Amino acid sequence: MWRRIPERYRMAGSLCENCRQNFFPRRTFCPICRRKGKIVDKQMSGKGKVFAYSLVTAPPVGYEGEIPYILAIIELDEGPKVTAQIVDCKCDKLEIGTKVKSAFRRITEDGDEGIIYYGFKFKLDK
Amino acid sequence: MIAGIIGYGAYVPRYRIKAEEIAAVWGEEPDRIISGLNIKEKSVPATDEDTVTLAVEAARNALKHSGIDPKEIGALYVGSESHPYAVKPTASIVAEAIGATPNLTAADLEFACKAGTAAIQMCMGLVASGMVKYGMAIGADTSQGRPGDALEYSASAGAAAYIIGKKKEEAIAEIIDTYSFTTDTPDFWRREGADFPQHGGRFTGEPAYFKHVISASKGMMEKTKMKPEEFDYAVFHQPNGKFPLQAGKMLGFSSKQLERGLLTPIIGNTYSAASPLGLANVLDEAKPNKKILLTSFGSGAGSDSFVIRTTDLIDKKRKGITPLMDYVNDKQYLSYGLYVKHRRKLKSM
Ligand SMILES: [Zn+2]
Repeated sequence: MWRRIPERYRMAGSLCENCRQNFFPRRTFCPICRRKGKIVDKQMSGKGKVFAYSLVTAPPVGYEGEIPYILAIIELDEGPKVTAQIVDCKCDKLEIGTKVKSAFRRITEDGDEGIIYYGFKFKLDK
Repeated sequence: MIAGIIGYGAYVPRYRIKAEEIAAVWGEEPDRIISGLNIKEKSVPATDEDTVTLAVEAARNALKHSGIDPKEIGALYVGSESHPYAVKPTASIVAEAIGATPNLTAADLEFACKAGTAAIQMCMGLVASGMVKYGMAIGADTSQGRPGDALEYSASAGAAAYIIGKKKEEAIAEIIDTYSFTTDTPDFWRREGADFPQHGGRFTGEPAYFKHVISASKGMMEKTKMKPEEFDYAVFHQPNGKFPLQAGKMLGFSSKQLERGLLTPIIGNTYSAASPLGLANVLDEAKPNKKILLTSFGSGAGSDSFVIRTTDLIDKKRKGITPLMDYVNDKQYLSYGLYVKHRRKLKSM
């Protein structure tokens, strides 16, 4: 978890300068160009649109306090798709293609005394 | 000018609870509360929000407004009385989230409701001395009162972030000067490990809030040789909707000068963010060359006062602002039951 803080906190991604493909999470190797690829850092804007979503009512361990919540696949403006929660929103406001932007939230915590994990979720981009 | 505001950002969570909803649960007369405290409703954080997440949202808005590279921020301070960790700084998480790490100094500050303005003063000193190019000062809180306590009507959540720099040509407002007034006063405290604060009833009004706010504001005006009527706006710490109006009146300010910076009636007391958010709301509408008096208050007790003057740049950089009122007006009301869930109060009752 700790090594991936730049990705979780501010959506730091990668770009292959050879084929211009963006990657998120980051990659060290371009799966398209293989040895010809040239990977550099690329900051994702955090903006995108809803590709798919569902309402979660039976949560995994650690997320019990948050149900019901919306889990979605977001297609970022830069191309990559990510799975994340959509917050501050009711399902009836959501459609495929609805514009969203990233929000910084608590993801989970190791109990009352453990570490708190922060990262990106999404909210409506009005 | 000692330093300037290069950019600023505000954030208020989306959820609200009405004073009448809280009053109904405790069998109180809602009108007595609403008129007594001048608070209609207050902000409540989402279940996955805390002081860190609020601070990050405000910091990102400030960065966007300033247009600076986050790597140029040499100091970052977060003032709060609700840091999520007792040991492990909020400031380093915020710095990482905005991409300011690793070449900066960072620390958390605590001085009840005035830690945010203390952060602004520290950044002023660092940029004026040339030690850092830009400093970021944040006031953020997700405060709570004990269920049934009067504080339950006021303690709310919000954050404001200010980027402080030295160059006048980059500033949307100049910080002309600052003055502080501090004494050891036992008006309000929370012991390490305690969930809720306690207040020393008779100490909260006269000897605490009013003594410090009035003394700091008077001292500030004497130091800059300014009179109340010369200011276009005045912003005072606002633990409720009544105290700042009374303090303003005692100092000789009109309610019109105070109107724009008074947010507690509609979002509650955001503690360390309270007067910084009031200033943000003023800056959101202020034209160039407007003079602002800002005075915070923190229990324990102290006040920091500032004289601020907007520059021509404020109009030119208005487009980069995410207005505070966008957050204030985009709201969803909670029932008391949902509010308890949001504030995780169950274990403490
Ligand atoms: Zn490639």
